[in-house]
Amino acid sequence: MNKQKAFLIVLASLLAMPNAMASGGMAFTATNSKWKAECGSCHFAYPANMLPAASWRTMMGGLDKHFGSDASLDAATSTEILAFLEKNASQRKPDSAQKPQLRITETPQFIRKHDEVSSRTWKNPQVKSAANCAACHTQAESGDFSERNIRIPK
Amino acid sequence: MSSHTRFMRHLLPSIMLLAMAATANAQTPQQTLEGFKQSATETPGFQGFSATRGEQFFKSTHGNDWSCSTCHTKNPAAQGKHAKTSKIIQPLAPAANADRFTDQAKVDKWFKRNCNDVLNRACTPLEKGDVLTYLMTLK
Repeated sequence: MNKQKAFLIVLASLLAMPNAMASGGMAFTATNSKWKAECGSCHFAYPANMLPAASWRTMMGGLDKHFGSDASLDAATSTEILAFLEKNASQRKPDSAQKPQLRITETPQFIRKHDEVSSRTWKNPQVKSAANCAACHTQAESGDFSERNIRIPK
Repeated sequence: MSSHTRFMRHLLPSIMLLAMAATANAQTPQQTLEGFKQSATETPGFQGFSATRGEQFFKSTHGNDWSCSTCHTKNPAAQGKHAKTSKIIQPLAPAANADRFTDQAKVDKWFKRNCNDVLNRACTPLEKGDVLTYLMTLK
């Protein structure tokens, strides 16, 4: 194996690491200051690996009608954030016959991971919405969704 | 030449330049208001901004579901809460939050978004000036 090839393999495995870590329950730490500031100004800044790239492209293309609110950005900021999201997106192949999924709470992974959560918990005013990750995932802000850091409000 | 004068001659101008560069985008709320005034004077019949009108505008739902105060509360000098996500919103009145209305890009971004959400249209310079005038009266 030549040096260049070896380097590329190491680089590729390093790039693939954050996604592998997220599914293994460790923190997903890919970050970008504009993503954090802009996506985090009205709600929790959802990690890039929670949706595939096609979803992020649709999302960022429709920010003026973002789940019922105008969240439009200037072109330069929007381009930078989309590039960050695409680069760190979920690698799961979405169903190409369907429209890109925009709600993380409707992804198969989310549904599977939350099937034990009772309806009483979802209705708890301290949870308010399934989009409110940090209500139970105490370390969500640092990208840590591991089971040991879950505290379900009573 | 003492070390002090050397500092004054050589370093101080650089420090001042750096400080100016760091605050290049910043403006005072008063300057932001002046900007709205310049645009508003182009409207026929403009007779200045009104805090009373601004307060009414801020607290009215304009025929839709939300008003400005839905999220910013009826006391914009206090913390607010996003109507949908419950995320905390820092106070809007400059007296309670020194960062407010000091960055033109941020001011434009939020007026564009929030006027669309509350009124389904852009706000006029008169409306923006009235609201800021009202917010600047709050202590």
